[in-house]
Amino acid sequence: MTRRGRLALFAVSAAGLSALLLWAVAGLPDFGHFQGRYGATLNKVAVSERHATNVVTAIVFDYRGIDTLGEEFILFTSVIGVALLLRETRDETGRIHDAVRSDALRLVGIAFAAVLFTIGLYVVAHGPITPGGGFQGGVVLAGAFTLVYLAGDYRAYRGLTPQPALDFVEGAGAGGYAVIGIVSMLLGSAYLHNFGPFGTPGTLASAGTISMLNLATALEVTAAFVLLFTEFLEDLQLTREQSA
Amino acid sequence: MIPLQAAAMALVAFFALAVVLTREIVRLAMISSAYALTLVVLFVIFQAPDVALSELVVGAVAFPLVIVVAIVMQRGGE
Amino acid sequence: MSYLPYALAVWIFVVGIYGVVSSRNFVHLVVCLTVTQSSTYVLLLAIGYTNGGTAPIFADVPQTSKAVDPVVQALTLTDVVVSVTVAALLLALAIQVQKRRGTMNPDELRELRG
Repeated sequence: MTRRGRLALFAVSAAGLSALLLWAVAGLPDFGHFQGRYGATLNKVAVSERHATNVVTAIVFDYRGIDTLGEEFILFTSVIGVALLLRETRDETGRIHDAVRSDALRLVGIAFAAVLFTIGLYVVAHGPITPGGGFQGGVVLAGAFTLVYLAGDYRAYRGLTPQPALDFVEGAGAGGYAVIGIVSMLLGSAYLHNFGPFGTPGTLASAGTISMLNLATALEVTAAFVLLFTEFLEDLQLTREQSA
Repeated sequence: MIPLQAAAMALVAFFALAVVLTREIVRLAMISSAYALTLVVLFVIFQAPDVALSELVVGAVAFPLVIVVAIVMQRGGE
Repeated sequence: MSYLPYALAVWIFVVGIYGVVSSRNFVHLVVCLTVTQSSTYVLLLAIGYTNGGTAPIFADVPQTSKAVDPVVQALTLTDVVVSVTVAALLLALAIQVQKRRGTMNPDELRELRG
């Protein structure tokens, strides 16, 4: 089918699709008048039941913890997919000549990497209390490692993130999530039931297994994103050496 | 609906169209980050700070990096 | 006028699919796919919004204040982070296509070749 034919077919079907979708959303309740009872109930009871002031994190890691297990394994699997696609047989990385020359840039970059690392740890730790949590803080931590590559050179970045450590941390994060659920089963309740010490709401050590699952997720997301970047950058290095 | 929400939604619609109509891919990397930023503003206006934080971090850190590496690979490593 | 956010989600969806259909570059195609996916976030959050509600974080407001629906936010939160990983997988596929067939244009890859 030629390009013009494809676009003409798209125009016709897009008109039909938009009409159907607009008719479908016209049947939703008015914007601002949501009548869901599940959310309203959780808003009322979550803080007193689980001692977590961030109701969204409580839902992600406790009330709907099994869905987050599935999402985490999606992350895990797609990183495996990227590693399979981009990891060819390679020897030691040879001459790497992309070091940043300017000293001011290196200094500022490394200083900001330290600040970003602390901010990432802050966002992860305050997951059950304020907006934050394992997913967001994990990507911020991965960004701190990437800033080391951007402000320095590739060898410094690889020295900071050795491959066996990355694989181990990612597996520990994903496996740790599943294992915490099994521990809860061993203690006599359902899988991923919240059994931990609850503490007072609003402090760092509260909300039981929500904090533990938060930590496991942060480990896994950080390692997954650093692995992702490493695979891409490694492939780039290989391409540069082959063309050099 | 208050004007703030309407303005944020208009911005999102405009930038979605801009992302699709941009053909040159270096410009596309920047416009996609700008689109993520307008989405962050919309999410904050919808009172969803967790989602806004996720989208901000992803749209500023992870997504542009992956796109820039793909662009560099496409040009043969320059 | 109160269906405007839902119409916005439909608009972003259709625009994203137009980008996928008319794309000339694989990287542009993956970005348009991400735009299409973001329309679902807008739709979910617009459904959960209640007028006069605040964010469902009760660290500094009393617990009886009116808040928006937290369940849809929980669904969207994990989705955002996972979607960028799936986009990275698609870009890795595009890089492999570039290596083996030397082109990033979907129009030039017409038939399957072993």
